[in-house]
Amino acid sequence: MRALGKYVAAALVTGVLGVGAMPAATMAGEIGPKVPIDKSKGSCVLPGKEMRRVHMDILKHRRDLTMYQGIRGGKQALEACLTCHMVKDEKTGKPVTVASPKHFCRVCHDFAAVQPDCWTCHKSVPEAAVREAMIGPDGKMKASMMAQLRAFVQREHGGRK
Amino acid sequence: MKKHFHYEYLQSKVGYYTALGGMGVLALIGLAAAYYMEHHGHAVTGMTNEIVWGMPHVFAVFLIIAASGILNVASIGTVFGKTPYKPLGRLSAVMAAAVLAGGLMILVLDLGRPDRLVVAMTKYNFRSIFAWNIYLYNGFFAVVLLYLYTQMSQDFRVRRYYTAAGTLAFLWRLILTTGTGSIFGWLVARQPYDLAIFAPMFIALSFSFGLAIFILLMVALMKGDERPLGHGLVNRMGRLLGVFVAAAAYFTVVWWLTDLYAAEHRPMVGYLFFSGNIYSWLYWLGFMALGTIAPLFLVFSRSARTSFKPVVTASILTVLGGISLVYFVIIGGQSYPLVLFPGKQVSSTYNDGMFYSYAPSLPEILLGLGGMAVAVAIVLVASKTLRILPTTLADAAVDPHLATGEVAEMKKAA
Amino acid sequence: MMDQGARDKTASGQEVSREDELNEARRAFMRNIAAASVISLGGGLTLFTVGGSQAQAKKPEEPLDPKKRWGMLIDTTKCSDGCQKCVDACKQENGWEAEPHSPHDVQWIRKVNVKDPATGFMMSLPVMCQHCANPPCVDVCPTGASMQRADGIVRVNMHICIGCRYCMMACPYKARSFVHEDIPEEKKRFHAPMGKGCVTSCDFCAHRVDAGKIPACAEACPEGAMLFGDLNDPNSALSKRLKGIPSYQIREDLGTDTGIRYTRLP
Ligand code: HEC
Ligand code: HEC
Ligand code: HEC
Repeated sequence: MRALGKYVAAALVTGVLGVGAMPAATMAGEIGPKVPIDKSKGSCVLPGKEMRRVHMDILKHRRDLTMYQGIRGGKQALEACLTCHMVKDEKTGKPVTVASPKHFCRVCHDFAAVQPDCWTCHKSVPEAAVREAMIGPDGKMKASMMAQLRAFVQREHGGRK
Repeated sequence: MKKHFHYEYLQSKVGYYTALGGMGVLALIGLAAAYYMEHHGHAVTGMTNEIVWGMPHVFAVFLIIAASGILNVASIGTVFGKTPYKPLGRLSAVMAAAVLAGGLMILVLDLGRPDRLVVAMTKYNFRSIFAWNIYLYNGFFAVVLLYLYTQMSQDFRVRRYYTAAGTLAFLWRLILTTGTGSIFGWLVARQPYDLAIFAPMFIALSFSFGLAIFILLMVALMKGDERPLGHGLVNRMGRLLGVFVAAAAYFTVVWWLTDLYAAEHRPMVGYLFFSGNIYSWLYWLGFMALGTIAPLFLVFSRSARTSFKPVVTASILTVLGGISLVYFVIIGGQSYPLVLFPGKQVSSTYNDGMFYSYAPSLPEILLGLGGMAVAVAIVLVASKTLRILPTTLADAAVDPHLATGEVAEMKKAA
Repeated sequence: MMDQGARDKTASGQEVSREDELNEARRAFMRNIAAASVISLGGGLTLFTVGGSQAQAKKPEEPLDPKKRWGMLIDTTKCSDGCQKCVDACKQENGWEAEPHSPHDVQWIRKVNVKDPATGFMMSLPVMCQHCANPPCVDVCPTGASMQRADGIVRVNMHICIGCRYCMMACPYKARSFVHEDIPEEKKRFHAPMGKGCVTSCDFCAHRVDAGKIPACAEACPEGAMLFGDLNDPNSALSKRLKGIPSYQIREDLGTDTGIRYTRLP
């Protein structure tokens, strides 16, 4: 009777470990879906392999730096992640939001069944990308945009000084 | 003279399972209501940026106040050495924990982000009375369990600490209700609150709410399980309820008298207590007339000596009056606008200077009732699985003095 | 005094050397944008004034300076009844909308009209989070989500906000709002995240201040009636101005020591 108990326990333990091993592997980033990567904008905060494992810690650390220290900008900014990792819709050419399973942050998360709550508050497409289109790399506004704005101001505010 | 009481599991089957089933259904409806509120956001409730705490808080605060009061029944036996209350100690401890659990459940499920409960349990701001309350609530469970253990243990070395544990529990519950009262008393920004009297007032209210709920559940359990219950005991508890009810009303009167004296607060007192709006009615008719004066007449009436009815009715009225008062305090208090510019008329697109209105929504009420049901269900299950209910509460068994008193009363009545 | 000139100073009050500035044409353009406050580019996109970006009080990547205390002086004599420019600018910058008189919608700033019933005197003023030195909302928050940054800005760390709303009970200024509903993606602003179940309030445009700009409301005010600056720096334009004139706090009696001062209160 006792021997039987031992077998059952052993079987249970193996079973639990076996099941547990699957998500553990996913967490470590070894198995997982292929993620769309665009290397044209530069390298990630850390090499891709490490990012898979530690990106949540980077985000949480950064989030506290921003909340308590007012540190902003740079590669670790959430907006920067989303800008580099923007996935465009094939048809419309617009960046996809988290509503789409193609969104960079959803590809693995859907697979690993994690649902971080970030998107109840955070916008999932960068606004900087929008600004980038208007402001050149030198930080000045692009000439075409400038003309457009000038026209707008003229129209709306009648040249008010 | 040391008496030994016998405690036994609930014997009733049909009654027990019917009651438990009913409570289970109510609790499930409450959970569904909470899910609905969470899913759609608080927009589907009556709560707004102006009435930020609504019906769930009325139920929760009522139950949390009552929980500590329920524990008094045990303290009266342990700390104050009143013999007739001694056999009620176990039930009192279990019920106190159950009612607190029900109240906290409502509070937690009403949070904007109940999924972050673990944050509330791990991150504390020690300047916050709310954070202290989280400790006080958790500590209450620990202290009550300890107290229960010293009462129920077979080991005399544990039972030795019975009085010590009881005293600790009594002190803890006083601090706990001070904390609950201070949630409102320390709100400097809001005219209707902002008074130190809220702490003692809540303590007085806890005595009356707690005893009323205890009487109701005790009578229901004893009668439902067909165990003897003495008129002398119930009458005595009823008269104590009368004292508590009067004390609670006294504190509320001091509250508005104090505010009435300060010219600054006079318009607020006029609005809340004397303007004939729903809140004035809740205070005067709900709390004062039905929840205080009527119970006083009932518990001290002659028929209360020979029948349970007056005391049971008084307890029900105390509970209803109590809920009216908590509604009055929480909703009424918030409906009075913040005073940014004393003495001036203000208007804005954000309703500055207006009395705020609130209409309780169904999900909020269902959540509140669900919490109450959970409390009752815990008491039922505990009575079925633990030996907490005395086999008899007949006067002769509880305290011979009560019995002789009762006989004398009966003779007089006859 | 507090006209366009005030905006040429950095938020910390140091004069920006004119030579460093861009050409005059661009400056004129900036002024126009400031007047327009927000330029819509269609397609739901908005471009924000680039004007403040020259004024680098703090670089984005630097930690904030605990010696500072941000504050604002609102010249209520210049604030007119019908004007909602600061409110509109805040809405645009921080992505909230509010139906008039809706008790559910998020409100970061509002215009309050005050009348003295005894004399008939009337005035109008903006009210938002007052960025108290002794903020009741921070004291009461059980998790510490309601927080005061080292530079005095009071805001909600929504990552640990559990939505208990005790801060809303405690705030004397009705400055905090609870998000009662999901905010759809297209209405969200990247720099002012807020979402269902958490409390939100004016954060003095922390994202702008951290990058050396001034809050959107101050930038938008057509009268230049909102002077933003460092209360702790005696040389800041704000401190100098406050030294010269009487200023008042709403509900000064509560001792909250607000960061927002008014030149006149009813
Ligand atoms: C400058 C552009 C850039 C920024 C900013 C950036 N990334 Fe990356 N990221 C990349 C590139 C390029 C790779 C591929 C690196 C590789 O394969 O070695 C990558 C890889 C990753 C991966 C691993 C994907 C995989 O399966 O290999 C994750 C996860 C990730 N990034 C998350 C983030 C997060 C979170 C942030 C913000 C904190 C961020 N990234 C910011 C460019 C960027
Ligand atoms: C390479 C796959 C991959 C990509 C791409 C990825 N994640 Fe993750 N992420 C994961 C995995 C796997 C976990 C679960 C880890 C765990 O449970 O320990 C996770 C967890 C998280 C968590 C913590 C969740 C929690 O409940 O604690 C956050 C936050 C997070 N990811 C944010 C992001 C963001 C933001 C992006 C997009 C910029 C992103 N991730 C992209 C794989 C990925
Ligand atoms: C309740 C709303 C809310 C939720 C949910 C939320 N955030 Fe935030 N987050 C904010 C706010 C507000 C800020 C401050 C924005 C600012 O000051 O610009 C912020 C800032 C941040 C920042 C710093 C911004 C920057 O420039 O880099 C990071 C990183 C961040 N959040 C990560 C996360 C992650 C990861 C999650 C999900 C696990 C998350 N947040 C969920 C509200 C939220």
